[in-house]
Amino acid sequence: MSLASTQSVAEIKARNKQLIDQVLKVYPEKTAKRRAKHLNVHELGKSDCGVKSNLKSIPGVMTIRGCAYAGSKGVVWGPIKDMIHISHGPVGCGQYSWGSRRNYYVGTTGIDTFGTMQFTSDFQEKDIVFGGDKKLVKVIDEIQDLFPLSRGITIQSECPIGLIGDDIEAVSRAKSKEYGGKTIVPVRCEGFRGVSQSLGHHIANDAVRDWIFDKITPETERRFESTPYDVAIIGDYNIGGDAWSSRILLEEMGLRVIAQWSGDGSLAELEATPKAKLNILHCYRSMNYISRHMEEKFGIPWCEYNFFGPSKIADSLRKVASFFDDKIKEGAERVISKYQPLMDAVIAKYRPRLEGKSVMLFVGGLRPRHVIGAYEDLGMEVVGTGYEFGHNDDYQRTAQHYVKDGTLIYDDVTGYEFERFVEKIQPDLVGSGIKEKYVFQKMGVPFRQMHSWDYSGPYHGYDGFAIFARDMDMAINSPIWKKTRAPWKDAPRPSLMAAE
Amino acid sequence: MTQNAENVLDHFELFRGPEYQQMLANKRALFENAHDPAEVERIREWAKTPEYREKNFAREELTINPAKACQPLGAVFASVGFESTLPFVHGSQGCVAYYRSHLSRHFKEPTSCVSSSMTEDAAVFGGLNNMIDGLANSYNMYKPKMIAVSTTCMAEVIGDDLNAFIKTSKEKGSVPAKFDVPFAHTPAFVGSHVTGYDNALKGIIEYFWDGKAGSEPKLERQPNKKINFVGGFDGYTVGNIREIKRIFELMGIEYTILADNSDVFDTPTDGEFRMYEGGTTLKDAANAINAKATVSMQQYCTEKTLAFIESHGQQVVAFNHPVGVSATDDFLMTLSRITGKSIPKGLEQERGRLVDAMADSSAHIHGKKFAIYGDPDLCYGLAGFLLELGAEPTHVLSTNGTKAWEEKMQALFAGSQFGKDCHAYPGRDLWHMRSLLFTEPVDFLIGNTYGKYLERDTGTPLIRIGFPVFDRHHHHRYPVWGYQGGMNVLVKILDKIFEEIDKNTNVVGKTDYSFDIIR
Repeated sequence: MSLASTQSVAEIKARNKQLIDQVLKVYPEKTAKRRAKHLNVHELGKSDCGVKSNLKSIPGVMTIRGCAYAGSKGVVWGPIKDMIHISHGPVGCGQYSWGSRRNYYVGTTGIDTFGTMQFTSDFQEKDIVFGGDKKLVKVIDEIQDLFPLSRGITIQSECPIGLIGDDIEAVSRAKSKEYGGKTIVPVRCEGFRGVSQSLGHHIANDAVRDWIFDKITPETERRFESTPYDVAIIGDYNIGGDAWSSRILLEEMGLRVIAQWSGDGSLAELEATPKAKLNILHCYRSMNYISRHMEEKFGIPWCEYNFFGPSKIADSLRKVASFFDDKIKEGAERVISKYQPLMDAVIAKYRPRLEGKSVMLFVGGLRPRHVIGAYEDLGMEVVGTGYEFGHNDDYQRTAQHYVKDGTLIYDDVTGYEFERFVEKIQPDLVGSGIKEKYVFQKMGVPFRQMHSWDYSGPYHGYDGFAIFARDMDMAINSPIWKKTRAPWKDAPRPSLMAAE
Repeated sequence: MTQNAENVLDHFELFRGPEYQQMLANKRALFENAHDPAEVERIREWAKTPEYREKNFAREELTINPAKACQPLGAVFASVGFESTLPFVHGSQGCVAYYRSHLSRHFKEPTSCVSSSMTEDAAVFGGLNNMIDGLANSYNMYKPKMIAVSTTCMAEVIGDDLNAFIKTSKEKGSVPAKFDVPFAHTPAFVGSHVTGYDNALKGIIEYFWDGKAGSEPKLERQPNKKINFVGGFDGYTVGNIREIKRIFELMGIEYTILADNSDVFDTPTDGEFRMYEGGTTLKDAANAINAKATVSMQQYCTEKTLAFIESHGQQVVAFNHPVGVSATDDFLMTLSRITGKSIPKGLEQERGRLVDAMADSSAHIHGKKFAIYGDPDLCYGLAGFLLELGAEPTHVLSTNGTKAWEEKMQALFAGSQFGKDCHAYPGRDLWHMRSLLFTEPVDFLIGNTYGKYLERDTGTPLIRIGFPVFDRHHHHRYPVWGYQGGMNVLVKILDKIFEEIDKNTNVVGKTDYSFDIIR
């Protein structure tokens, strides 16, 4: 068991503050000043976590963050399965983000769906010098020729596009006209824009607004027949099937899910969403923009929900149901009771093995707060958390609804800080990404990737919680962690003890 | 309900339950505006035809599923191969997140690398301040002995001058004046990761040999008997470099491995994270100028590096990722010729064992058709090995292969009776390969993890050799070079062949007369 649980809150706070002071010592003065604003100890009752966020990462510190392209192509647009997403620029961006996010979908890849493919304009020097618009024209023609069943195309700008002054909007308009109004969406998500993935989410949301919503034809509108129970899942990327293990619960309670944004999503679903009665928003960070837009423009209310762990799932089902009539409210109760025995069995099996274990998180999107409840359902405690690209509204939600007094908070943590924090706090589990995984495992600390679910999942919904619990147990209680130290390196013990 | 606490179902079973299947069918029918299944089927069949292939090969600007990455990835890969060296990529920060993830997914190891985190203001004003602050921070935080700078395409497009920026940073006190900061411009819109490897390695040795960016006199070459060895960008670097060291030691050759990242990509789990481990010492990197010769295992990864080394008076030799008997013979005889050391009995025995194994098993490989894709040198090495096994490397495709590579491949084919129906495809991608596999089927496909999509779509069994391999673990620990490496490749190919025969003969009462216990 970790040190954390043997100390009082006051002691923990003092230790955490001391830890922050210690790590800041490594930096040159200017950097220390800037980083100090991103590190803090949560004080109960405060409206946020007392850290600055959504500011530029500092050069050379080994930030974990990505870029706007990652936020748009990698997160928001990439999973729309029946559209072709062109990584427009040099080859690398599309290559490194090819298939690695595990946005599951059903379809005939290469024919009517394209999720696990890498389409790129593969810029060469001449394209930088002479501009890439002519190339883009040809790329779109070739897509049209070879993939006649694609429902649309997006152009995901890589860094050079904005720097060389290409007019991808003009190309998109012209080509859309040429191809009978085909949906072609230019996205200005060049990697140098903004400070992290976050601006890419926003830009991608705006592109949906401007190039999908604003171009919906009466014919498209007619195709869709509304019911009073239509909802859209917003901000679930179906990683390992998350959106599916969520959708099933909403349907079981009597709602009709008309769209998934964007995991296993399709263009038609995006287009149908303005007809929803309620938008339910999981990843607030990446899709609050479009939810707010739909509220303003179409009068669709939205509510945040959390499908990690039975406590939060039950709260969320009731919250969603509160927007509807008694039929749905009863449906929510029915779903909660239906899955109660499964949840009881999962907790009975895993809680005794995980009770009191401590966790440190550093993830993106909603997870630095949303998964806390799931850990608590298993008797575990989150002792440190931080956002890769959160904003102040994320830290407010974290402070007001999730973290305990004294929790160590680290925004846009650097490799150095994270290692020192984990080294000193010695949590039983770290949940972060692929770049962090092996660092902590080398240190002998159990680890789970909390972006990709470490190639497992789903973790959302009741079905997902069983997998989550199993995975956390598997990580923490793996026998391998007892073997990281060679036995001959242990201090010699009295022979009597050894004989016992 | 499908899920079960006692036997927790994973995604690959969970969603096959009837509730989920019904749910997904409804989603498709009601909300996805899906195409008529008959139309999907028609297009799917059409995409297998020679007609589609012709359209596909007529592509001029669209790249689909390429088998190459961009320059800075190779630069990072080379840079971590030096003692306590931190790669520093000047430009947008997302790129660095990608390189680190990509390498870590392959090696299952940490990858340490920093970015200068340039954003819009740097796009307008240049990234000098990012360099100044970045070098100071990296130096203080991560205590490297060297920081190796390369660039993302953003910094290249706006034309940042690394040499001037690093000088200015030193003047501003970011790092001590004497601290080593070699650099290389590595634009992503030129070449591929193998080019980046070449540029970064050349940048580092040029820095040490040619007066540390003008801050010291150039080194005078004092020839000695040592051999420099360069592996190139190699997914098997951990196993390969260790195997090469063993061979050098068996032959009694004094050597310097340049960019030796075999240890940093294979650190133990013992409670300590080692950001830096092993690597070519900076002293050795400098002294490498005195070597008698430099041997590169991958010509196309080291074109500029070797030209630079040659211009400093050394003999240089480049191989093409040698795999198998003859290629290893050639490698060893070249070492012997250069160094005057004889090839020891032990290696001769290893050779005999590989020949023995090939003789034992060749009947199962002889005449089989293979498609190969990957980096140009790897393709060449594997094709050479298949030819000496009597197999036919029918389609050999390299997205980052050049016209010159194509000619070299065709010459290899021309030299073997098994190569007469074989073709090299430079600059093509895996969507081209898909057409090739449909229209001119082969028995097996050799490639990286992304080949699994081709295996699924075309039914061609995939043998995973290449980079990246994300979905199988630890193969990078086993060499593919040397006779023992050849043995590993042979076994990998044979395993797949036997598995396929078993898979195709295991229907009870129907095909299982061939389900042989001895093969």
